[in-house]
Amino acid sequence: MLQLDRSTYDAMVAHARRDHPDEACGVVAGPVGSDRPERFVPMLNAARSPTFYEFDSSDLLRLYREMDDRDEEPVVIYHSHTATEAYPSTTDVALAMEPGAHYVLVSTRSPETVDLRSFRIVDGEVSEEEVRVVPLLQSETGPHPGPTQTEESAPR
Amino acid sequence: MSIEVRIPTILRTYTGGEKAVEGSGATLAELIDDIEGRHSGLRARLVDEKGLRRFVNVYLNDEDVRFLGGLETAVKDGDSVTVLPAVAGG
Repeated sequence: MLQLDRSTYDAMVAHARRDHPDEACGVVAGPVGSDRPERFVPMLNAARSPTFYEFDSSDLLRLYREMDDRDEEPVVIYHSHTATEAYPSTTDVALAMEPGAHYVLVSTRSPETVDLRSFRIVDGEVSEEEVRVVPLLQSETGPHPGPTQTEESAPR
Repeated sequence: MSIEVRIPTILRTYTGGEKAVEGSGATLAELIDDIEGRHSGLRARLVDEKGLRRFVNVYLNDEDVRFLGGLETAVKDGDSVTVLPAVAGG
């Protein structure tokens, strides 16, 4: 299961819409081992393509150095599909190199409907997981003190 | 003195979980050969018959070696080499 706070969810969708018809991409970093996507980092698609994405190589080095310095890892790696469903392509699977990450796909083929799904991609095997959008991520030490009844499932 | 090579998570199965290993050589190709001697299997994940793999980025200090000399890039003691798989897809 991937838990995302509302603002991160909205930011990923907005980035995908903004870059349409090209694919958008980025990460949401979080403390190592926490599984908490806390820091939204939109990246430039160096390929500037409607069918491919690739982080710019200098940006990639800077991003990983920065995460290293902050004891973070890429909890979420996201990108958009502009004409197809939010499901990993053969290329996505072949190039997935972060077995610990949640791979989030956003489809922008419909201007009205939000299609955001999350997957694990490990050794070429794709498994979909539930996405839960919450107002705020729960604190690491226990349940958030605020009301939790407002949790909602992500629209598909 | 030697050259530090930083290894990404996905390739740490070849380094016993180590984030960085050390090696020596006058060029990147020699450095990779040297490391392969102690971490068998790593070289094939970095290079193929045509050279550096398309979706593996190797940096000498802060520079992508594709903009230097690829596998023939000169390296020296004290340098730091970073390997990062491309984040890419379709």
